Amino acid sequence: MKLNTLFGEKKEGAAKIVLKSVDEYPEAPVSLGTTLSNFTGDWRTFIPVFNKDKCVKCYICWKFCPEPAIYIREDGYIGVDYDYCKGCGICANECPTKAITMEKEEK
Amino acid sequence: MEYKPIRKVVSGNYAAAYAAKHARVEVVAAYPITPQTSIIEKIAEFIANGEVENLQYVPVESEHSAMAACIGASAAGARAFTATSAQGLALMHEMLHWAAGARLPIVMVDVNRAMAPPWSVWDDQTDSLAQRDTGWLQFYAENNQEVYDGVLMSFKIAETVNLPAMVIESAFILSHTYDVVEMIPQELVDEFLPPRKPLYTLTDFDNPISVGALGTPADYYEFRYKIAKAMEDAKKVIREVGKEFGERFGRDYSQMIELYRTEDADFVFMGMGSLMGTVKQAVDILREEGYKVGAAKVRWFRPFPSEELYELAKNVEGIAVLDRNFSFGQEGILFNEAKGVLYNTDAHPIMKNYIVGLGGRDFTVADVKKIAENMKAIIDKGELDVEVDWYHLKR
Repeated sequence: MKLNTLFGEKKEGAAKIVLKSVDEYPEAPVSLGTTLSNFTGDWRTFIPVFNKDKCVKCYICWKFCPEPAIYIREDGYIGVDYDYCKGCGICANECPTKAITMEKEEK
Repeated sequence: MEYKPIRKVVSGNYAAAYAAKHARVEVVAAYPITPQTSIIEKIAEFIANGEVENLQYVPVESEHSAMAACIGASAAGARAFTATSAQGLALMHEMLHWAAGARLPIVMVDVNRAMAPPWSVWDDQTDSLAQRDTGWLQFYAENNQEVYDGVLMSFKIAETVNLPAMVIESAFILSHTYDVVEMIPQELVDEFLPPRKPLYTLTDFDNPISVGALGTPADYYEFRYKIAKAMEDAKKVIREVGKEFGERFGRDYSQMIELYRTEDADFVFMGMGSLMGTVKQAVDILREEGYKVGAAKVRWFRPFPSEELYELAKNVEGIAVLDRNFSFGQEGILFNEAKGVLYNTDAHPIMKNYIVGLGGRDFTVADVKKIAENMKAIIDKGELDVEVDWYHLKR
Protein backbone atom coordinates (compact mmCIF):
# COMPACT_ATOMS: atom_id res chain seq x y z
CA MET A 1 0.00 0.00 0.00
CA LYS A 2 1.27 3.42 -0.89
CA LEU A 3 0.73 5.81 1.99
CA ASN A 4 -0.34 9.36 1.42
CA THR A 5 2.95 11.12 1.97
CA LEU A 6 1.77 14.62 1.06
CA PHE A 7 5.09 16.37 0.33
CA GLY A 8 6.84 13.34 1.60
CA GLU A 9 8.14 11.60 -1.48
CA LYS A 10 11.81 11.87 -2.18
CA LYS A 11 12.16 14.43 -4.95
CA GLU A 12 12.58 12.97 -8.39
CA GLY A 13 14.79 14.60 -10.98
CA ALA A 14 16.75 16.71 -8.54
CA ALA A 15 20.27 17.53 -9.76
CA LYS A 16 22.57 19.76 -7.81
CA ILE A 17 24.32 22.61 -9.59
CA VAL A 18 27.96 22.74 -8.55
CA LEU A 19 29.87 25.83 -9.65
CA LYS A 20 33.56 25.00 -9.69
CA SER A 21 35.03 28.22 -11.07
CA VAL A 22 34.04 31.87 -11.01
CA ASP A 23 33.44 31.75 -14.77
CA GLU A 24 30.60 29.26 -14.25
CA TYR A 25 28.69 31.71 -12.06
CA PRO A 26 25.98 33.89 -13.59
CA GLU A 27 27.04 37.53 -13.98
CA ALA A 28 24.36 38.75 -11.57
CA PRO A 29 23.28 37.02 -8.37
CA VAL A 30 20.01 35.63 -9.69
CA SER A 31 18.59 32.32 -8.56
CA LEU A 32 20.04 29.47 -10.57
CA GLY A 33 16.88 27.42 -10.45
CA THR A 34 14.40 25.94 -8.04
CA THR A 35 15.26 23.74 -5.07
CA LEU A 36 15.57 20.91 -7.60
CA SER A 37 19.03 22.28 -8.28
CA ASN A 38 19.72 24.08 -5.01
CA PHE A 39 20.42 21.46 -2.36
CA THR A 40 19.97 23.13 1.00
CA GLY A 41 21.29 19.98 2.67
CA ASP A 42 24.73 21.53 2.14
CA TRP A 43 24.09 23.87 5.05
CA ARG A 44 23.92 21.02 7.55
CA THR A 45 26.37 20.58 10.42
CA PHE A 46 24.51 17.85 12.35
CA ILE A 47 22.82 14.97 10.59
CA PRO A 48 19.72 13.13 11.89
CA VAL A 49 20.36 9.41 12.27
CA PHE A 50 17.27 7.17 12.36
CA ASN A 51 16.97 4.05 14.53
CA LYS A 52 14.31 1.75 13.07
CA ASP A 53 14.12 -0.36 16.26
CA LYS A 54 12.82 2.54 18.34
CA CYS A 55 10.39 4.00 15.76
CA VAL A 56 6.69 3.58 16.52
CA LYS A 57 5.53 5.15 13.22
CA CYS A 58 3.83 8.08 14.96
CA TYR A 59 5.05 10.52 12.23
CA ILE A 60 5.48 13.38 14.67
CA CYS A 61 8.88 14.03 13.07
CA TRP A 62 7.23 14.13 9.63
CA LYS A 63 4.68 16.68 10.90
CA PHE A 64 7.29 18.92 12.51
CA CYS A 65 9.98 18.91 9.82
CA PRO A 66 9.87 22.49 8.50
CA GLU A 67 11.64 21.70 5.25
CA PRO A 68 9.94 19.16 4.72
CA ALA A 69 12.76 16.68 4.28
CA ILE A 70 11.16 13.72 6.05
CA TYR A 71 9.04 11.40 3.94
CA ILE A 72 7.14 8.25 4.67
CA ARG A 73 8.39 5.15 2.97
CA GLU A 74 6.27 2.31 1.61
CA ASP A 75 7.17 0.13 4.62
CA GLY A 76 5.71 2.80 6.91
CA TYR A 77 8.99 3.96 8.38
CA ILE A 78 10.25 7.48 7.80
CA GLY A 79 13.05 8.43 5.46
CA VAL A 80 15.17 11.57 5.44
CA ASP A 81 15.90 13.37 2.19
CA TYR A 82 19.47 14.38 2.96
CA ASP A 83 19.64 16.61 -0.14
CA TYR A 84 17.37 19.04 1.70
CA CYS A 85 17.68 18.29 5.45
CA LYS A 86 19.39 21.35 6.97
CA GLY A 87 20.10 19.51 10.22
CA CYS A 88 17.92 21.72 12.41
CA GLY A 89 17.27 18.85 14.83
CA ILE A 90 13.56 19.52 15.35
CA CYS A 91 12.73 15.91 14.44
CA ALA A 92 15.14 14.55 17.06
CA ASN A 93 13.78 16.98 19.64
CA GLU A 94 10.16 16.00 18.97
CA CYS A 95 10.61 12.23 18.64
CA PRO A 96 8.91 10.68 21.74
CA THR A 97 10.95 7.45 21.56
CA LYS A 98 14.36 9.03 20.80
CA ALA A 99 14.50 7.13 17.52
CA ILE A 100 16.28 10.08 15.89
CA THR A 101 19.65 11.33 17.14
CA MET A 102 21.72 14.22 15.79
CA GLU A 103 25.34 13.43 15.03
CA LYS A 104 28.16 15.70 13.86
CA GLU A 105 28.56 15.22 10.12
CA GLU A 106 32.06 14.90 8.71
CA LYS A 107 32.47 16.49 5.27
CA MET B 1 22.11 61.38 -41.08
CA GLU B 2 24.56 64.24 -40.74
CA TYR B 3 25.07 65.53 -37.21
CA LYS B 4 23.73 69.01 -36.70
CA PRO B 5 23.48 69.85 -33.02
CA ILE B 6 20.40 71.52 -31.58
CA ARG B 7 21.61 74.39 -29.43
CA LYS B 8 19.53 75.18 -26.38
CA VAL B 9 20.20 77.53 -23.49
CA VAL B 10 19.43 75.39 -20.47
CA SER B 11 20.37 74.87 -16.83
CA GLY B 12 22.41 71.85 -15.82
CA ASN B 13 19.25 70.32 -14.46
CA TYR B 14 17.37 70.79 -17.72
CA ALA B 15 20.36 69.36 -19.57
CA ALA B 16 20.00 66.27 -17.39
CA ALA B 17 16.25 66.06 -18.04
CA TYR B 18 16.68 66.41 -21.81
CA ALA B 19 19.39 63.74 -21.76
CA ALA B 20 17.07 61.35 -19.91
CA LYS B 21 14.36 62.08 -22.48
CA HIS B 22 16.74 61.56 -25.40
CA ALA B 23 17.96 58.31 -23.80
CA ARG B 24 14.31 57.18 -24.01
CA VAL B 25 14.13 56.25 -20.35
CA GLU B 26 11.13 54.07 -19.59
CA VAL B 27 10.81 54.54 -15.85
CA VAL B 28 11.60 57.58 -13.70
CA ALA B 29 11.03 57.27 -9.96
CA ALA B 30 12.08 60.29 -7.98
CA TYR B 31 11.49 62.46 -4.95
CA PRO B 32 12.13 66.19 -5.04
CA ILE B 33 14.99 67.83 -3.13
CA THR B 34 16.78 71.12 -3.67
CA PRO B 35 18.75 71.56 -5.90
CA GLN B 36 17.70 68.48 -7.91
CA THR B 37 13.97 69.32 -8.16
CA SER B 38 13.92 70.96 -11.57
CA ILE B 39 15.30 67.80 -13.21
CA ILE B 40 12.30 65.71 -12.27
CA GLU B 41 9.86 68.62 -12.70
CA LYS B 42 11.07 68.95 -16.28
CA ILE B 43 10.61 65.24 -16.90
CA ALA B 44 7.07 65.44 -15.46
CA GLU B 45 6.48 68.34 -17.83
CA PHE B 46 7.63 66.26 -20.82
CA ILE B 47 5.04 63.66 -19.87
CA ALA B 48 2.26 66.25 -19.24
CA ASN B 49 2.94 67.82 -22.64
CA GLY B 50 2.86 64.47 -24.40
CA GLU B 51 6.46 64.93 -25.55
CA VAL B 52 7.49 61.42 -24.51
CA GLU B 53 5.98 58.03 -25.14
CA ASN B 54 6.39 54.95 -23.04
CA LEU B 55 7.70 56.74 -19.95
CA GLN B 56 6.27 55.78 -16.59
CA TYR B 57 6.80 58.34 -13.83
CA VAL B 58 6.54 56.89 -10.34
CA PRO B 59 6.03 59.51 -7.63
CA VAL B 60 7.32 58.04 -4.39
CA GLU B 61 7.43 58.99 -0.73
CA SER B 62 11.20 59.03 -0.28
CA GLU B 63 14.52 58.63 -2.05
CA HIS B 64 14.87 55.14 -0.60
CA SER B 65 11.64 54.22 -2.39
CA ALA B 66 12.75 56.05 -5.53
CA MET B 67 15.79 53.83 -5.86
CA ALA B 68 13.78 50.76 -4.87
CA ALA B 69 11.30 51.51 -7.68
CA CYS B 70 14.17 52.02 -10.15
CA ILE B 71 15.64 48.67 -9.07
CA GLY B 72 12.32 46.91 -9.70
CA ALA B 73 11.93 48.60 -13.07
CA SER B 74 15.48 47.84 -14.10
CA ALA B 75 15.19 44.21 -12.99
CA ALA B 76 12.09 43.98 -15.18
CA GLY B 77 14.23 45.11 -18.11
CA ALA B 78 13.37 48.81 -18.29
CA ARG B 79 15.78 51.71 -18.69
CA ALA B 80 15.43 53.52 -15.37
CA PHE B 81 16.51 57.00 -14.28
CA THR B 82 16.37 59.07 -11.13
CA ALA B 83 17.99 62.12 -9.58
CA THR B 84 18.69 63.34 -6.09
CA SER B 85 21.01 65.37 -3.85
CA ALA B 86 22.77 65.18 -0.48
CA GLN B 87 20.38 63.99 2.28
CA GLY B 88 18.27 62.27 -0.38
CA LEU B 89 21.28 60.39 -1.69
CA ALA B 90 22.22 59.41 1.85
CA LEU B 91 18.71 58.05 2.38
CA MET B 92 19.13 55.98 -0.79
CA HIS B 93 22.39 54.49 0.43
CA GLU B 94 21.10 51.01 1.22
CA MET B 95 19.39 50.74 -2.16
CA LEU B 96 22.55 51.87 -3.98
CA HIS B 97 24.23 48.65 -2.83
CA TRP B 98 21.22 46.67 -4.03
CA ALA B 99 21.30 48.27 -7.48
CA ALA B 100 24.99 47.54 -7.97
CA GLY B 101 24.89 44.11 -6.34
CA ALA B 102 22.01 43.04 -8.59
CA ARG B 103 23.98 44.47 -11.56
CA LEU B 104 21.25 46.85 -12.71
CA PRO B 105 22.36 49.66 -15.06
CA ILE B 106 20.31 52.47 -13.53
CA VAL B 107 21.52 56.00 -14.24
CA MET B 108 21.12 58.70 -11.62
CA VAL B 109 22.04 62.36 -11.58
CA ASP B 110 23.30 63.53 -8.22
CA VAL B 111 23.38 67.27 -7.82
CA ASN B 112 26.27 67.71 -5.39
CA ARG B 113 25.02 69.45 -2.28
CA ALA B 114 26.61 69.81 1.15
CA MET B 115 25.56 67.36 3.85
CA ALA B 116 23.85 68.91 6.86
CA PRO B 117 24.26 70.17 9.50
CA PRO B 118 24.70 73.04 9.27
CA TRP B 119 21.83 72.98 6.82
CA SER B 120 23.07 73.87 3.37
CA VAL B 121 21.89 73.58 -0.19
CA TRP B 122 25.19 74.58 -1.81
CA ASP B 123 27.86 72.74 -3.72
CA ASP B 124 30.01 70.09 -2.01
CA GLN B 125 31.16 66.67 -3.23
CA THR B 126 31.02 64.77 0.05
CA ASP B 127 27.50 63.44 -0.63
CA SER B 128 28.47 61.53 -3.76
CA LEU B 129 31.94 60.55 -2.56
CA ALA B 130 30.40 59.02 0.55
CA GLN B 131 28.78 56.54 -1.90
CA ARG B 132 32.22 55.56 -3.21
CA ASP B 133 32.06 51.91 -2.15
CA THR B 134 28.55 51.08 -3.37
CA GLY B 135 29.65 49.79 -6.78
CA TRP B 136 28.29 52.74 -8.79
CA LEU B 137 30.28 54.36 -11.56
CA GLN B 138 30.80 58.08 -10.92
CA PHE B 139 31.16 60.75 -13.60
CA TYR B 140 31.80 64.37 -12.53
CA ALA B 141 30.58 67.02 -14.98
CA GLU B 142 32.42 70.31 -15.38
CA ASN B 143 29.62 72.12 -17.21
CA ASN B 144 26.07 71.72 -18.46
CA GLN B 145 27.23 70.16 -21.71
CA GLU B 146 29.01 67.44 -19.77
CA VAL B 147 25.87 66.79 -17.73
CA TYR B 148 23.96 66.11 -20.97
CA ASP B 149 26.75 64.07 -22.57
CA GLY B 150 27.47 62.28 -19.30
CA VAL B 151 23.93 60.96 -18.94
CA LEU B 152 23.84 59.63 -22.51
CA MET B 153 27.27 58.00 -22.25
CA SER B 154 26.51 56.62 -18.80
CA PHE B 155 23.51 54.67 -20.05
CA LYS B 156 25.62 53.07 -22.76
CA ILE B 157 28.51 52.29 -20.41
CA ALA B 158 26.29 51.09 -17.57
CA GLU B 159 24.30 48.81 -19.86
CA THR B 160 27.52 47.35 -21.26
CA VAL B 161 29.12 46.49 -17.92
CA ASN B 162 25.85 45.97 -16.02
CA LEU B 163 26.59 48.38 -13.22
CA PRO B 164 24.68 51.54 -12.23
CA ALA B 165 26.16 54.96 -12.94
CA MET B 166 25.96 58.32 -11.22
CA VAL B 167 26.36 61.56 -13.16
CA ILE B 168 27.32 64.34 -10.78
CA GLU B 169 26.85 68.07 -11.24
CA SER B 170 27.39 71.03 -8.90
CA ALA B 171 24.54 72.63 -6.95
CA PHE B 172 23.50 75.95 -8.51
CA ILE B 173 26.87 76.50 -10.24
CA LEU B 174 25.58 74.06 -12.85
CA SER B 175 22.14 72.94 -11.72
CA HIS B 176 20.53 76.39 -11.92
CA THR B 177 22.91 78.27 -14.21
CA TYR B 178 21.96 78.56 -17.85
CA ASP B 179 24.46 77.85 -20.58
CA VAL B 180 24.45 76.76 -24.20
CA VAL B 181 24.16 72.99 -24.54
CA GLU B 182 24.49 71.23 -27.88
CA MET B 183 21.84 68.54 -27.94
CA ILE B 184 21.80 65.63 -30.32
CA PRO B 185 18.88 64.93 -32.68
CA GLN B 186 16.82 61.98 -31.41
CA GLU B 187 17.59 59.71 -34.38
CA LEU B 188 21.31 60.06 -33.77
CA VAL B 189 20.96 59.45 -30.04
CA ASP B 190 19.03 56.28 -30.96
CA GLU B 191 21.91 55.13 -33.16
CA PHE B 192 24.40 55.78 -30.37
CA LEU B 193 22.20 54.33 -27.64
CA PRO B 194 20.04 51.44 -28.86
CA PRO B 195 17.39 49.90 -26.60
CA ARG B 196 18.70 48.11 -23.54
CA LYS B 197 19.47 44.40 -23.76
CA PRO B 198 19.17 43.20 -20.17
CA LEU B 199 21.19 40.27 -18.84
CA TYR B 200 18.13 38.84 -17.13
CA THR B 201 14.60 40.09 -16.73
CA LEU B 202 11.87 39.37 -14.25
CA THR B 203 9.40 39.43 -17.13
CA ASP B 204 10.91 36.48 -19.00
CA PHE B 205 8.23 34.05 -17.86
CA ASP B 206 9.77 31.08 -19.69
CA ASN B 207 12.93 31.50 -17.64
CA PRO B 208 11.75 32.63 -14.22
CA ILE B 209 14.41 34.00 -11.88
CA SER B 210 14.55 35.69 -8.54
CA VAL B 211 16.88 38.62 -7.99
CA GLY B 212 18.80 39.22 -4.79
CA ALA B 213 18.43 35.69 -3.47
CA LEU B 214 20.56 34.31 -0.65
CA GLY B 215 24.28 33.91 -1.29
CA THR B 216 25.90 31.67 1.26
CA PRO B 217 29.59 32.02 2.20
CA ALA B 218 30.21 29.44 -0.54
CA ASP B 219 29.00 31.81 -3.27
CA TYR B 220 28.96 35.47 -2.10
CA TYR B 221 32.69 35.93 -2.70
CA GLU B 222 32.48 35.07 -6.43
CA PHE B 223 29.68 37.60 -7.02
CA ARG B 224 31.73 40.33 -5.33
CA TYR B 225 34.68 39.47 -7.57
CA LYS B 226 32.41 39.82 -10.60
CA ILE B 227 31.48 43.36 -9.56
CA ALA B 228 35.14 44.21 -9.03
CA LYS B 229 35.98 42.84 -12.47
CA ALA B 230 33.07 44.63 -14.15
CA MET B 231 34.27 47.88 -12.57
CA GLU B 232 37.79 47.24 -13.85
CA ASP B 233 36.46 46.33 -17.32
CA ALA B 234 34.42 49.54 -17.26
CA LYS B 235 37.62 51.55 -17.77
CA LYS B 236 38.04 50.11 -21.27
CA VAL B 237 34.34 50.58 -22.03
CA ILE B 238 34.45 54.18 -20.80
CA ARG B 239 37.41 54.97 -23.06
CA GLU B 240 35.76 53.29 -26.06
CA VAL B 241 32.36 54.87 -25.55
CA GLY B 242 34.04 58.24 -24.90
CA LYS B 243 35.94 57.90 -28.16
CA GLU B 244 32.82 56.85 -30.08
CA PHE B 245 30.95 59.81 -28.64
CA GLY B 246 33.72 62.09 -29.87
CA GLU B 247 33.67 60.59 -33.34
CA ARG B 248 29.91 60.92 -33.62
CA PHE B 249 29.32 64.25 -31.91
CA GLY B 250 32.67 66.05 -31.77
CA ARG B 251 33.28 65.99 -28.03
CA ASP B 252 35.86 63.40 -27.10
CA TYR B 253 35.63 61.70 -23.71
CA SER B 254 38.17 58.92 -24.28
CA GLN B 255 40.36 60.23 -21.44
CA MET B 256 39.14 59.45 -17.94
CA ILE B 257 41.29 62.34 -16.78
CA GLU B 258 41.04 65.38 -19.05
CA LEU B 259 44.45 67.03 -19.32
CA TYR B 260 44.62 70.76 -19.93
CA ARG B 261 48.01 72.31 -20.83
CA THR B 262 49.91 69.68 -18.86
CA GLU B 263 52.50 68.74 -21.55
CA ASP B 264 55.42 70.76 -20.16
CA ALA B 265 53.88 71.63 -16.81
CA ASP B 266 56.01 71.74 -13.66
CA PHE B 267 52.95 71.14 -11.56
CA VAL B 268 49.24 70.60 -12.10
CA PHE B 269 45.98 71.24 -10.33
CA MET B 270 43.84 68.15 -10.01
CA GLY B 271 40.15 68.11 -9.10
CA MET B 272 36.66 67.19 -10.20
CA GLY B 273 33.50 68.92 -11.33
CA SER B 274 32.67 72.53 -12.02
CA LEU B 275 35.60 73.97 -10.07
CA MET B 276 37.88 72.69 -12.81
CA GLY B 277 36.38 75.25 -15.20
CA THR B 278 37.68 77.96 -12.91
CA VAL B 279 41.03 76.19 -12.72
CA LYS B 280 41.40 76.04 -16.50
CA GLN B 281 40.76 79.76 -16.77
CA ALA B 282 43.33 80.37 -14.04
CA VAL B 283 45.84 78.14 -15.85
CA ASP B 284 45.58 80.35 -18.94
CA ILE B 285 46.26 83.44 -16.84
CA LEU B 286 49.09 81.79 -14.89
CA ARG B 287 50.69 80.62 -18.14
CA GLU B 288 50.75 84.23 -19.35
CA GLU B 289 52.44 85.16 -16.07
CA GLY B 290 55.13 82.56 -16.65
CA TYR B 291 53.92 79.69 -14.49
CA LYS B 292 54.29 76.32 -16.18
CA VAL B 293 51.06 74.84 -14.87
CA GLY B 294 48.26 72.65 -16.14
CA ALA B 295 44.96 71.17 -15.05
CA ALA B 296 43.95 67.53 -14.65
CA LYS B 297 40.22 67.08 -14.45
CA VAL B 298 39.22 63.71 -13.07
CA ARG B 299 36.07 62.88 -15.05
CA TRP B 300 35.53 59.40 -13.69
CA PHE B 301 36.12 58.80 -9.99
CA ARG B 302 34.74 55.23 -10.15
CA PRO B 303 36.32 53.32 -11.66
CA PHE B 304 39.39 55.30 -10.64
CA PRO B 305 41.65 56.26 -13.57
CA SER B 306 44.87 54.94 -12.05
CA GLU B 307 46.69 54.48 -15.37
CA GLU B 308 46.09 58.06 -16.51
CA LEU B 309 47.08 59.40 -13.10
CA TYR B 310 50.36 57.48 -13.21
CA GLU B 311 51.18 58.76 -16.70
CA LEU B 312 50.54 62.30 -15.51
CA ALA B 313 52.32 61.95 -12.17
CA LYS B 314 55.59 60.65 -13.59
CA ASN B 315 55.99 63.79 -15.70
CA VAL B 316 55.30 66.52 -13.14
CA GLU B 317 57.07 67.77 -10.03
CA GLY B 318 53.94 68.51 -8.07
CA ILE B 319 50.20 67.93 -7.93
CA ALA B 320 47.87 70.28 -6.08
CA VAL B 321 44.79 68.20 -5.33
CA LEU B 322 41.68 70.35 -4.91
CA ASP B 323 39.06 68.61 -2.84
CA ARG B 324 35.58 70.08 -2.46
CA ASN B 325 34.95 67.33 0.07
CA PHE B 326 36.49 65.90 3.20
CA SER B 327 36.76 62.55 4.93
CA PHE B 328 36.87 63.31 8.65
CA GLY B 329 39.79 61.69 10.37
CA GLN B 330 41.77 61.54 7.14
CA GLU B 331 41.95 64.08 4.30
CA GLY B 332 40.36 65.11 1.02
CA ILE B 333 38.96 62.05 -0.71
CA LEU B 334 40.49 62.54 -4.16
CA PHE B 335 43.86 63.29 -2.52
CA ASN B 336 43.67 60.11 -0.51
CA GLU B 337 42.80 58.03 -3.58
CA ALA B 338 45.50 59.60 -5.74
CA LYS B 339 48.25 59.03 -3.17
CA GLY B 340 47.13 55.42 -2.82
CA VAL B 341 47.38 54.84 -6.57
CA LEU B 342 50.94 56.16 -6.75
CA TYR B 343 52.39 54.43 -3.70
CA ASN B 344 53.44 51.25 -5.52
CA THR B 345 54.77 53.11 -8.56
CA ASP B 346 57.95 55.04 -9.38
CA ALA B 347 55.99 58.30 -9.77
CA HIS B 348 56.20 60.35 -6.60
CA PRO B 349 55.62 64.05 -7.25
CA ILE B 350 55.11 66.37 -4.30
CA MET B 351 51.40 66.22 -3.52
CA LYS B 352 49.46 68.70 -1.47
CA ASN B 353 45.79 68.71 -0.59
CA TYR B 354 43.79 71.94 -0.67
CA ILE B 355 40.34 71.72 0.91
CA VAL B 356 38.31 74.22 -1.08
CA GLY B 357 34.77 75.38 -1.65
CA LEU B 358 33.00 73.29 1.00
CA GLY B 359 29.30 74.10 1.30
CA GLY B 360 29.44 76.38 -1.73
CA ARG B 361 32.27 78.64 -0.50
CA ASP B 362 33.37 80.63 -3.56
CA PHE B 363 36.44 79.26 -5.25
CA THR B 364 37.80 81.76 -7.75
CA VAL B 365 40.63 82.34 -10.20
CA ALA B 366 42.32 84.44 -7.50
CA ASP B 367 42.30 81.41 -5.20
CA VAL B 368 43.92 79.24 -7.86
CA LYS B 369 46.64 81.88 -8.29
CA LYS B 370 47.34 81.90 -4.55
CA ILE B 371 47.55 78.11 -4.56
CA ALA B 372 49.94 78.29 -7.53
CA GLU B 373 52.26 80.61 -5.58
CA ASN B 374 52.15 78.27 -2.61
CA MET B 375 52.83 75.19 -4.75
CA LYS B 376 55.74 76.89 -6.51
CA ALA B 377 57.32 77.77 -3.15
CA ILE B 378 56.89 74.16 -1.96
CA ILE B 379 58.45 72.71 -5.11
CA ASP B 380 61.36 75.19 -4.98
CA LYS B 381 62.01 74.28 -1.35
CA GLY B 382 61.43 70.58 -1.99
CA GLU B 383 59.21 70.00 1.04
CA LEU B 384 55.60 70.45 2.10
CA ASP B 385 54.49 73.17 4.51
CA VAL B 386 51.35 71.23 5.48
CA GLU B 387 49.93 68.20 3.71
CA VAL B 388 46.27 69.11 4.10
CA ASP B 389 45.57 72.81 3.78
CA TRP B 390 42.20 74.20 4.95
CA TYR B 391 42.80 76.93 2.45
CA HIS B 392 39.81 79.24 3.02
CA LEU B 393 39.84 79.03 6.82
CA LYS B 394 39.36 82.36 8.59
CA ARG B 395 42.33 82.65 10.92
